[in-house]
Amino acid sequence: MRTVRKKTPGKKFRFSGSVRYKNRGPLPILRVVALSFVFLSHPAVAVGEEPEIIPRDAYVSAGIGDARVLIPFLADDVTSSSICNLVYNGLTKVDKDLNVVPDLAESWEISEDGLEIVFRLRKDVYWHDGEPFTADDVKFTYDLILDPVTACPYVSSYSQIKTVEVVDQSTVRFVYSEPYAPAILKLGMGIVPKHLFRDVEDLRRSVYARKPVGTGPYKFVEWKTGEYMVLEANEDYFLHTPRIKRYVYRIIPDQSVQFLELVTGGIDSMELNPYQFLYRSETPEFRERVKKYRYLSRSYTFVGYNLNDPILGDKRVRQALSYAINEKDLIDSVMLGQAEPISGPFIKGSAYYNPLARAYDHDILKAAMLLREAGWADVDGSGVLSKDGRPLHIVIATNQGSQVREDVATVIQSHWAKLGVSSEIQVIAWSAFLNQFIDKRNFQAVILGWTIPTDPDIFAVWHSSSAVTGGLNFVSFSNEEVDALIERGRREFCPEERKEIYQKAHALIAEEAPYTFLFSPYSLPAVSRRVKGIVPAPAGIGYNLIEWYVPEEEIRYRF
Amino acid sequence: MKTYVVKRLLLMVPMLFGISLVMFLIMHLAPGDPASIRYGLNPEVSDTAREAFSEMYGLDRPVLEQYFMWLRRFVTMDFGRSLVDDRPVIAKVMAHLPATLLLQISSILVIFFVALPIGIISAIKRDSLFDKASTVFVFIGYAMPTFWLAILLVFFFSFKLGWLPVSGMRPWYAQYLDTGGQVLDLLRHLALPLIATSFGGLAALSRYARSSMVEVMKENYVLTARAKGLSEKRVMLVHVLGNALLPVVTILGLTLPVLISGSFIFETIFAWPGMGRLGYEAIMHYDYPVVMGVGVIATLLTLLGIFLSDIAYVMIDPRIRFESRK
Amino acid sequence: MNMRLIFGIAIVVFMGVSALLAPVIATHDPLEVDLSAEARLQPPSMKHFFGTDNLGRDVYSRMVYGARVSLSVGFIAVAISLLIGLTLGGISGYYGGWVDGVIMRMVEIMYCFPTFFLIMMVITFLGPSIVNVMIVIGLTSWAGLCRLVRAEFLTLRERDFVFSARVQGVSHSRIIFRHILPNAMAPVYVSATLSVGGAILVESALSFLGLGVQIPAPSWGNILTSGKGYMDYAWWLTLYPGLAILITVLSFNLIGEGLRDILDPKMSRAR
Repeated sequence: MRTVRKKTPGKKFRFSGSVRYKNRGPLPILRVVALSFVFLSHPAVAVGEEPEIIPRDAYVSAGIGDARVLIPFLADDVTSSSICNLVYNGLTKVDKDLNVVPDLAESWEISEDGLEIVFRLRKDVYWHDGEPFTADDVKFTYDLILDPVTACPYVSSYSQIKTVEVVDQSTVRFVYSEPYAPAILKLGMGIVPKHLFRDVEDLRRSVYARKPVGTGPYKFVEWKTGEYMVLEANEDYFLHTPRIKRYVYRIIPDQSVQFLELVTGGIDSMELNPYQFLYRSETPEFRERVKKYRYLSRSYTFVGYNLNDPILGDKRVRQALSYAINEKDLIDSVMLGQAEPISGPFIKGSAYYNPLARAYDHDILKAAMLLREAGWADVDGSGVLSKDGRPLHIVIATNQGSQVREDVATVIQSHWAKLGVSSEIQVIAWSAFLNQFIDKRNFQAVILGWTIPTDPDIFAVWHSSSAVTGGLNFVSFSNEEVDALIERGRREFCPEERKEIYQKAHALIAEEAPYTFLFSPYSLPAVSRRVKGIVPAPAGIGYNLIEWYVPEEEIRYRF
Repeated sequence: MKTYVVKRLLLMVPMLFGISLVMFLIMHLAPGDPASIRYGLNPEVSDTAREAFSEMYGLDRPVLEQYFMWLRRFVTMDFGRSLVDDRPVIAKVMAHLPATLLLQISSILVIFFVALPIGIISAIKRDSLFDKASTVFVFIGYAMPTFWLAILLVFFFSFKLGWLPVSGMRPWYAQYLDTGGQVLDLLRHLALPLIATSFGGLAALSRYARSSMVEVMKENYVLTARAKGLSEKRVMLVHVLGNALLPVVTILGLTLPVLISGSFIFETIFAWPGMGRLGYEAIMHYDYPVVMGVGVIATLLTLLGIFLSDIAYVMIDPRIRFESRK
Repeated sequence: MNMRLIFGIAIVVFMGVSALLAPVIATHDPLEVDLSAEARLQPPSMKHFFGTDNLGRDVYSRMVYGARVSLSVGFIAVAISLLIGLTLGGISGYYGGWVDGVIMRMVEIMYCFPTFFLIMMVITFLGPSIVNVMIVIGLTSWAGLCRLVRAEFLTLRERDFVFSARVQGVSHSRIIFRHILPNAMAPVYVSATLSVGGAILVESALSFLGLGVQIPAPSWGNILTSGKGYMDYAWWLTLYPGLAILITVLSFNLIGEGLRDILDPKMSRAR
């Protein structure tokens, strides 16, 4: 059984591109290269000038996990959220430069005291089933989110809403109980159709959790659990019809398998890891076929210290450990240079990030001095520091399933060893890790990562009131000054004021070293070159998906 | 025969009970709580959502109470709902069952129809080059870390040569192909998982077939048949093969648990949308109801496989009296 | 002489000695990370016999230490399953009756258990560690041994020497362990040797899925997993651990087969 040949493709559907060539001869890769050369020289068609758009071809992306529930305000995983973003629209959205701009809303006004927000809605929006979109849908959606029965995981972002009022069919008023600066951004949550959802008893179990009906650029077609999801261009989309007819999301649990699929043409895009980005994708075959992108992701990896721990409760010890870690070394080895060192919990380079905050650049002498100051010394000549007869031993815990975090742990262990700090690594399954270590505060040092929300509000992670069981301030950070700043920041609408507030908070947090902020990795997506119209921006590449297209000669799937 | 079948079927009940209890206890003795897996460290998720979740699934009750709750629903084939996506477990399992059955049944067929000739030829031509080669194959087959074989196969046949698809079973575009195209496409996707899955069983079964043949060839009735001057072909086909097949059939039933064990690895490597992958992912997500569902269905399949091979055994050999079998 | 046996023993002894002498024969510290670009993902050379991994660690040294994991899991898991299998099989075969019935039901349950699934469950839920891996493999692999021992006991208990011992009033446990067991051991040796290979395979599969030995400690399975993503570039990360597993398991199987030929030429077809 050598190669199974595909017969001439059926009438309904045919392939072109590498899948077909792959089966023909012994030198599949060469053929593909030759072809791509031809197409590369093809001039790109100017975007947005065609009078009528006929959507064609398909774009196949891939991810590690399956979606769970396709209702925007219940979706709490990356896949579900990204599919919801294509099917649903919110009142507002974030544009390519991370500014909040209108989506279903045409405009909005905020009252002087910040307690009332009035949205004027677009009148040309229709649900995928043809019904018109109105202000009732907006009220219905936010009433659902605020209903405790819904158990919306994001409800804390809306709890300041007092009422939602329908002024007329295209005007909605939100009344807040106190000023809430992130409100406009948070009101970008996908709006669901009242006329369909109204009769649903249990949203999670309803048909719409797996067969969404929205207003977005893509209509839902099919979901084969654990395999793929297919969406189709919404020809009545209020901006314009997406140029690519089908959007396919494939679930491939292993990143190295995804890479093989990308190379062999089974998928059009994936998120590369640094190694794939630097080495595996440097072959001429790959470069001809796939274009790589690189931008700073909105997330960071850190070592968190339990501030209630007898050893780590001492600020000098935490600072010493931070100085001992050579971030550059770490980034170069674990991330192969594809990350930026950071010093605080904000997007590096954004207004809220304080470039002057203490950064703990690698300085082993300073680290040693701080430890000596804190009373740790190598009394027995064993190479391990101790104090009052207790050795300086730290357990580094992290969750299973992340090669990067495991490698980070291994490297940090070797850095600390140079300082005379002994440590051991424990890698624990995610659930047990959260339950036994994080929730019970039963840890010394943990390696974890946070995504950085678009709004700088850091209440959930850094406010002292979040240091309760189940709260996200699991290192038990408590600083009155920071608390006050966080509370002010939430109520302050003025960007200049907020900038000052959060830069100050950043500096204070960095000084206390409750975390060693390690790095913010680069996002490294790769997309097949046949897909044109991608313009990378601070928001990434996915924001203008409806403008993407495939030129006639490179169309791969014809329907 | 009828009583035998009924008795065998009834025996499955206490076994299912025992196995499900063991699995249930293991899961519930473990640290970790599904609410954390569900919501993780999502900064946006509130505490009330977590509590509501625990309550909804009865996670706050004592273990044994939960088990009896589970058992009561199980009798009506209700396994509850997945903690991850809220779908009924039985629907999830049934959606994944066809893929697993396709892979398992085709590998049983491959094992049977490839291993048997290998075993028979090696037995007839003992110490020939073929026999020696197949012995080497058998030893390697026994010792091969098959997950390693699987990644090597993908590497060469999919990545280097580009002949076969890397992963998956039924691509999204399959529905747009004509019937012939769909079948070919399925075969292309099936090839590598099938090789990886049947490799170990192939070695085991050809070895059994060979030794079973060798054994039978030494029996008196074979010698008598030969002495009577029957043609070698006839002796082999009528006297040897029939008798040598019997133990092979039972062994085939016993390879089933091995195949099902393997499916947890192979389906993950090949992104095969079957129960093995469902089970692996459920374990990783602490999705208790799905883990139980997969475990029980996998056990049921195994029991059924063994049952069928026993029945086949009885049918092939009418001399067997039921009472004498243990 | 039995070539298979000699070959198998030679390799197992070689692996065993390597594992025992790991600190001596390893050329590098298996945990020592070298992050310079010249040290990472280096192909095999005189300095690094089996090359280096993505953190610049010496693969040869890691594999030598990894042999400790594989072999100790193999032996200890089988020891546990022997303990259970011999005891239950002996009791079952000796006493017969309802005791036998109960134990045989347990054996049947073990046979029908989706064993690997169970092992994965236990390791995930109780935490991955080498000790847990040994115990779980041991606890789930005794059924075959138990059946084997029972069969031997069934025939042996009818023999004259057992009868005379009983007549002399020797206690049951003494009869089981002193009189019958030594005579029942031949097939057990064979089966146990083969099981060691099986246990090593299971351990490597678990490590491959990230459920085995904890990092940064090396095991053949986890070297293979971390090398999987680098396959076309750093083939040595997947080739050597895979071969090591294959060869080690192969040699245990060869020993088992060889023993079978020596101990009982007639039973060469039983399991």
